Amino acid sequence: MLATQTADYSVKNIVKSFGGAKALAGVSMSVSAEEVHCLAGENGSGKSTLIKIMSGVHAPDSGLITLAGKEFTHLSPRQAVNEGVQVIFQDFSLLPNLTVAENIALPTNILKSSKFIGKKETKKIAEEALGYIGVDIDINSPLLETSIASKQLIAIARATNLGVKMLFMDEPTTALTRKEVKKLFEVVDQLRKRGVAIVFVSHKIDEIQEICNTITVLRNGEVVAEGLMSKFKAKEIAMAMTGSEIATSRIAPPLSKNSRALLELEKLTSINTFDDVSFSISEGEIIGLTGLLGSGRTELAEAIFGQYPVDAGSIKVDGKEVTLNSPEAALASGIGYVPPDRLTQGLFLEQSILRNIVAVGLDRQRGRWGGVSKSKLAKIGSSWISELRIKTKNPINPVSSLSGGNQQRVVLAKWLSINPKVMILNGPTVGVDVGSKREILEIIRDRAQAGMAFLLVSDDIPELVQICHKVLVIRHGKISKEFSDKQISESAIYKELN
Amino acid sequence: MRNETVLILAIVIFSLVIGSKSPEFFTLANLFDILRSSFVQLLFALGVLIVIISGGIDVSFPIVGIFAGYTAVVIMQKFELDGESLLIPIVLAIVIGTLLGGVNAIAIAGFGIPTLIATLGTAGIFRGLMLTLIGSSFISDIPIALDQFSTADLVKFESAAGTLVRLHVLVIPITIITILISLILSRTLFGRSVYALGGGVEPTRRLGISVKGTQTKIYLLAGALSGLAGILYVSLQRKANPYDLAGSELDIIAAVVLGGASIMGGYGTVFGTVLGVLFINLIKNNLVLLGVSSSWQRAAVGALLVIGITLQAISESRRNKRRRALSESEVDSSE
Repeated sequence: MLATQTADYSVKNIVKSFGGAKALAGVSMSVSAEEVHCLAGENGSGKSTLIKIMSGVHAPDSGLITLAGKEFTHLSPRQAVNEGVQVIFQDFSLLPNLTVAENIALPTNILKSSKFIGKKETKKIAEEALGYIGVDIDINSPLLETSIASKQLIAIARATNLGVKMLFMDEPTTALTRKEVKKLFEVVDQLRKRGVAIVFVSHKIDEIQEICNTITVLRNGEVVAEGLMSKFKAKEIAMAMTGSEIATSRIAPPLSKNSRALLELEKLTSINTFDDVSFSISEGEIIGLTGLLGSGRTELAEAIFGQYPVDAGSIKVDGKEVTLNSPEAALASGIGYVPPDRLTQGLFLEQSILRNIVAVGLDRQRGRWGGVSKSKLAKIGSSWISELRIKTKNPINPVSSLSGGNQQRVVLAKWLSINPKVMILNGPTVGVDVGSKREILEIIRDRAQAGMAFLLVSDDIPELVQICHKVLVIRHGKISKEFSDKQISESAIYKELN
Repeated sequence: MRNETVLILAIVIFSLVIGSKSPEFFTLANLFDILRSSFVQLLFALGVLIVIISGGIDVSFPIVGIFAGYTAVVIMQKFELDGESLLIPIVLAIVIGTLLGGVNAIAIAGFGIPTLIATLGTAGIFRGLMLTLIGSSFISDIPIALDQFSTADLVKFESAAGTLVRLHVLVIPITIITILISLILSRTLFGRSVYALGGGVEPTRRLGISVKGTQTKIYLLAGALSGLAGILYVSLQRKANPYDLAGSELDIIAAVVLGGASIMGGYGTVFGTVLGVLFINLIKNNLVLLGVSSSWQRAAVGALLVIGITLQAISESRRNKRRRALSESEVDSSE
């Protein structure tokens, strides 16, 4: 059932409130076939709500949804699927324990209400779908063993199989490398040419400029800008999203000449992963580390935090040589690490904001009898909430109630609260919108000025350019180039990367 | 190495060790004995397998089994049903088992209670209900057909050594049921939904699979299998004792887990479960031949359960390492 037909999709005056708070205040948007439409907006601007309304998860309070000429006041998930609306969620909603083939074919079988499932038919459906979008993935391998980029393509293949006419892609490039993004864009372009209306949700302005034809920008549940992509400059999009001008200038604080080195790596080596890595970070210095996925950058960061085995070389913290074979040891010697995936590694989502902030330093707050005073914790937590400007009505709400940018601040607060000498941040702004991004960089700057040393591991070159004193590029496990102060520029770093 | 391969190796090695110590191990009679003691367990294990693949756990099945078997006998006697019929008590037991499975389904699918807690609770309720309402006394004069069925042998002869070699006729229906369950799991939408559920509840829901519907079917089916197992147990034992089977959870769950079903859900095969049941029975029936006292049997099975789960954890971390290596090589080759 590989059907894609020309059709127009629109919403008119959609209003949706959740318990008094207006998520969407009369939003209209239209997408035509053979168009990649960008839906931009900061976290909490109403993008997700709009996607959920168009895919039948939520019913709008008022407004009209038009899908291929048919009008609806609200949709059921089944109706949405029948009308060809498909959503690729950020987590892909794939099943890790099944094979690639089954992940693609199972929804088709469900749609057809077939009681029995043949292995041959499953493979045929999967091969057709992957062939349709022109990618080659081993359909017999378990999904668990495929890369994130492949999962993304598998999710797209699955959607095409269900006769997709309108495809929502929710921040599809977040975890992809530049090369993988290119491949994804080829596939998106192909689908567009076949008449699929694509709504592309992303924070990355350079990417949306590359792939999208038209754009709608939401802010606080209202459309604040719309039109042809070619009519917008990057700055204008950022401004529409945040409502204010976002500075992108360098804000790396001045370094004092005689500051002492807080972290020194000497010929650090982990066989087959990274090799002969030496650099040092001094008080108040912010060093950026970038490289392609698989270059060894994450492993290097984890090694400094005692989470990845080191075969040779030495690490000195504040002048003292240390053996870091566990995160506990790293913490004890004054190293903090914020992992890239805040959702699975950095936060207890269902626990309160307050508890998350104090979770790392809990040991240090222990009183004489080993107990932890609740009021003391509340005080510490509240001071961080105000210091990092975390937007919440009540600090005892679960972290899951916060937007992405604010969740990231909770992660930061959690680690800053133990006041490490050296802070390693891996992808500190992944999935964070433009406005929050700059604020997070400002938080880092302020801490650096207070003397903390930072190692920033990131894919986001503009961000490294804005904040770092020095940027190291790692390639096949070796530092291939070092840019300092004046040499730091986006184009130079991109060139070194690719 | 696949879990099944490991298990086959374990079975071969264990057999060789016992065989070298006692020659009577490698006899047809002993093989058939192991099969006979595996029938009931296998039925229970198949139900547990489905539950475990779906990401749940069931600890109520032994009590569901004996409840169904015992109650079927009590009903036969009370209403003076035809004792010559084998079909009536079996159908009765399956219906009772399905009903009890329905109670589990209501607790789990209806009220969303975690499966371990739900089945722990219903196990207590079922047991209490049986002992107070149905009866608590041992019944030795079970209906004649059930009694006779215990010796319904497909093959029966006296070996050269003078021991009686018999293979119970149940080997045929049990084989058919096993194959049927295997086909259901691998070839039907319901079966694949069970795996999907074990892979993740939210993605399964988004696929358009009814989570509650699938869970309901799972616990009804597990109940039916337990009911059948219960009545066959009564028949093979030639007595209906309401206190029996309690505690057999350990053997069955150990067999299913050793057979490769992941306690976290999403993985498991019928073939693995068959091997797991055979292995557990091999150990239980033959530790004595190795000079190990029978009181150590439970400890041995418990240890195997822990070993099985440890192996799963190890293979899981291996898989993660391989995945890391894989994602790196992908990047390398694309450059």
